[in-house]
Amino acid sequence: MWEVVKLIPTKEEWYAALSERHGEKIQNSFGAATVAICGLGGLGSNIAFALARAGIGKLILIDFDSVDITNLHRQQYKANQIGVSKTQALKENLFEIAPYTAIETHNVRISEDNAEELLEKADIICEAFDDAECKAMLVNLVLERMPEKYLVAASGMAGFGSANTIQTRRISKRFYLCGDGTSDVQSEGSLVASRVMLCAAHQAHTVLRILTEQFEA
Amino acid sequence: MVKINGEELNVAGKTIAEYLATTNYDPKRIAVERNGDIVFKSQYGETLLQDGDSIEIVSFVGGG
Repeated sequence: MWEVVKLIPTKEEWYAALSERHGEKIQNSFGAATVAICGLGGLGSNIAFALARAGIGKLILIDFDSVDITNLHRQQYKANQIGVSKTQALKENLFEIAPYTAIETHNVRISEDNAEELLEKADIICEAFDDAECKAMLVNLVLERMPEKYLVAASGMAGFGSANTIQTRRISKRFYLCGDGTSDVQSEGSLVASRVMLCAAHQAHTVLRILTEQFEA
Repeated sequence: MVKINGEELNVAGKTIAEYLATTNYDPKRIAVERNGDIVFKSQYGETLLQDGDSIEIVSFVGGG
């Protein structure tokens, strides 16, 4: 039997198409950027999709967890990836949509001991954890020890509250915070794809704005 | 007066740790910026709030 082989576009064709949409200067800036995503759940997996589609040159993906059936309602994984590490599953999914984005994966839990080494090469760091104390740990660590990095964090996106309350605030020169600031998963009881994606989109969009030198929130 | 998250408060002279103790903030879930710079967590007990300071307390909730 004959097999139909579908060839994907070349790297040159890929970047030409992106440059046509974003402009060459912006696309060069996206292509030269390295962005770290800390946590690959509802926020991180959606941030990664948006940034890969925009043609970010390199993503550093960090998570210790595996895909679980309870993740599929809001995270960018597939039913046949249950049990696979999130780093591996997301790498595969990103490769299918943006084959020329370089992906570095670390299947570890980020801690005060390894964070600097893991994040050293990133220009911009996205905090995309689920747990409030982990969020605070990473934000304090980056601001204290890596003040030269841009940091885009998130707090408050649970529940069925209005989409319009999700915002981006510029807290200080290189620190941005997305979310409504208050909707806790414990009090709201749930996370839904649409509202988590809004917050992830705010984070990804803030990354792209930083790279286009538009620094206001 | 000290501006904390946009609100003018009469807390000059207190340390950040002393101020936080009067609030509902969970110290494990916050980051504190003073005049645009991070206050190291290890310095909460020693950093005095001064007249004219602008403080931003970022409090994290769960979900992601």
